[in-house]
Amino acid sequence: MWKKIILTFVLLIFGSGLLFFIVKSEPKLNKNFENSDSFFKNHPFRLGLDLSGGSHLIYKADVSAVPDGEVSDSMDALRDVIERRVNLFGVSEPVVQVQRGGFITDNENQLIVDLPGVTDVEKATAMIGQTPLLEFKIEAPKDTPQEATVGEDGKIVLNLESQFVSTELTGRYLKKATLEFNQNTREPTVSLQFDETGTKLFAEITKNNIDKMVAIYLDGSPITTPVVREEISNGQAVISGSFTPTEAKILVGRLNSGALPVPITLISKQTIGATLGEHAVTAGVKAAVIGFLFVVLFLLLWYRLPGLIAILSLCIFIAIVLTLFKLLPVTLTAAGIAGFIISIGIAVDANVLIFERVKEELRSGKNITDAVSHGFSRAWFSIRDSNTSSIITAIILFWFGTSLIKGFALTLGVGVIVSLFSAITVTKIFLSVTTFIGEGKVARFLFSSGLSK
Amino acid sequence: MFIINNKKIFISISIGLVALSVASILFFGFNVGIDFKGGALTEVTYDTTRPEQAEVRNELDNLNFGSVLLQPTGERGYIVKSRDLTEEEHGKLLETLSLGGTNLTEVSFNSIGPSVGRELTKKAIIAIILVSLAIILFIAFAFRKVSKPVSSWKYGLIAVVTLLHDVTIPSGIFVIISKYSGAELDTLFVVAVLTILGLSVSDTIVIFDRIRENLNNNKENRIVISFGETVGQSLKQSFARSIATSLTVILVLLSLVFFGPVSTKYFALMLSAGMFFGTYSSIFLASSLLVLVEERQHKDKK
Repeated sequence: MWKKIILTFVLLIFGSGLLFFIVKSEPKLNKNFENSDSFFKNHPFRLGLDLSGGSHLIYKADVSAVPDGEVSDSMDALRDVIERRVNLFGVSEPVVQVQRGGFITDNENQLIVDLPGVTDVEKATAMIGQTPLLEFKIEAPKDTPQEATVGEDGKIVLNLESQFVSTELTGRYLKKATLEFNQNTREPTVSLQFDETGTKLFAEITKNNIDKMVAIYLDGSPITTPVVREEISNGQAVISGSFTPTEAKILVGRLNSGALPVPITLISKQTIGATLGEHAVTAGVKAAVIGFLFVVLFLLLWYRLPGLIAILSLCIFIAIVLTLFKLLPVTLTAAGIAGFIISIGIAVDANVLIFERVKEELRSGKNITDAVSHGFSRAWFSIRDSNTSSIITAIILFWFGTSLIKGFALTLGVGVIVSLFSAITVTKIFLSVTTFIGEGKVARFLFSSGLSK
Repeated sequence: MFIINNKKIFISISIGLVALSVASILFFGFNVGIDFKGGALTEVTYDTTRPEQAEVRNELDNLNFGSVLLQPTGERGYIVKSRDLTEEEHGKLLETLSLGGTNLTEVSFNSIGPSVGRELTKKAIIAIILVSLAIILFIAFAFRKVSKPVSSWKYGLIAVVTLLHDVTIPSGIFVIISKYSGAELDTLFVVAVLTILGLSVSDTIVIFDRIRENLNNNKENRIVISFGETVGQSLKQSFARSIATSLTVILVLLSLVFFGPVSTKYFALMLSAGMFFGTYSSIFLASSLLVLVEERQHKDKK
């Protein structure tokens, strides 16, 4: 008996500990969140796009030019590039996934990009689609006819296009770009380091064009046209346009993130405004609380003492599930909250099955202690069998689903599995402790249910 | 027992409801959402007042986006449904909706290309087939040891029949609701169907489990009663639990319908209906069918 009482206390403390963790790690519940331990800070609930607001984009990758064996590699490279670009813009926790071609996707290779907090699709697609094109051009030979146009204000404008000719050197041969500040003027500059081929090309260009201009083009327009003083053989160049520090920083990021290995087209986009998501969260929490209260009321009225135990065990169940949501972490969506709420119902079911069995055993004339232990072992098979089908459904949904369905499948699956645990351990321990109330009429009343006395 | 004695009535009720549902599905048809057929859905809210629908309608027609559906939503908003839009067209649409200057906020925008829709349709169909197959296999496995007097595959078959019953009736209800509310058949609808499959079969299994147990008990204790009586007795033992369980699940689901997020409203409603008919079918339909099958066998032998 002592052992059971101690176990009960351990469980209660365990449950309260989890509850403490849940409250502490939630910015909205913990007033002192900013000063909390980093462990708490790192585990708030992770909200899906439909709750936090944001954009969900699906791109189709055109891999027709890629040899068969290398499709997978180039898709991974594509993901890396997009990931770098997205990170550059300071989106918190973006998700970039590759979905390989197969029967289901019409053999399309797709890239799925989730951008929480970004509700401006135009901006989002722009920052993903941008390909920085860096080119080095040299002065055209002297005999090239100069093209000029007369501007609206009467001035003659030389057409730069005809003045410079392209060279082989492009951003492709860039090893890395860094942001630096000119020591005298404090102006931001972008310094470039070429790779081996790039270094050779650059040396050749500078050698052949001493005292001439070399134009550096970005995305088709010249940003700077320095005059070459001597051959540069170490593969280093500096772009000093009139950048603001931010512009320079973005340019460096774009240059470093490189060009896309395969062309992509946007085939689906979804944006959820932040307010809509907020409403959904509030409504979801409200529904969960009200649903829980209904269940509590029902359990108390119908099952009396065991009902109270079921409520306690349900609280521990909820604490475990929510903690798992935080630790795994599970990305919560509106459908995911629904899955969790349904799993509350399923967790109650396990308790109900046990109580009904216990009641039957009582009716057949057993004393309370025996009835509890017999009822338990008999109910277990039903609990196991009836939950198996839900687990099967959850697994298949998780396998096949889009992110929306996955959220539902995961919360339902986690909920069902935890409910198995909470029914066989938590409820059992609590219930066996209560047998101390003896065999009197009151005890029998408390253990029966419904309208019976 | 009451249910077993009146089994033909309950079976008829179920057949009637299923027939009605199938008829309404065939008659009204599913209102397939953009998840599956592709297209764009734009929701905006005006900061002050919503312009007249006719006025907006007129402007939208000038865009030449094909057939565009304009629905008022909330107090100051509109939902626009159209074919899938490019970034440029999306910009134009927003500009048009603002009627040259009215301030508005875009609440959500969703544009799904036809290939993504096709892909999702395939996924949904495969998921439904896989879940059904897995559940049938599971039932066959769970009842492999029961063969007298009704063989195990018949339990499985009956479980599948009740599954179809449990999915068809909520679908019929959904079609009728969507006729009036404009709710669309979307991904969540498919998830609801699959979840009903899982929940309903678990309810049926608990009752069948009870029958299996009682059959074994009777055999061991050499109690001779008819199959119908055994089923009736099993029902009596398990229907309190069935009702208590589905009541709790329906309670939480209804709180989702009335207080939960808009996006899962019809989903929860569909699940509540599924849970209700799932419980109904496992108490009233599955056992009735089981006894009916056994009686037929009996007659054949004679």
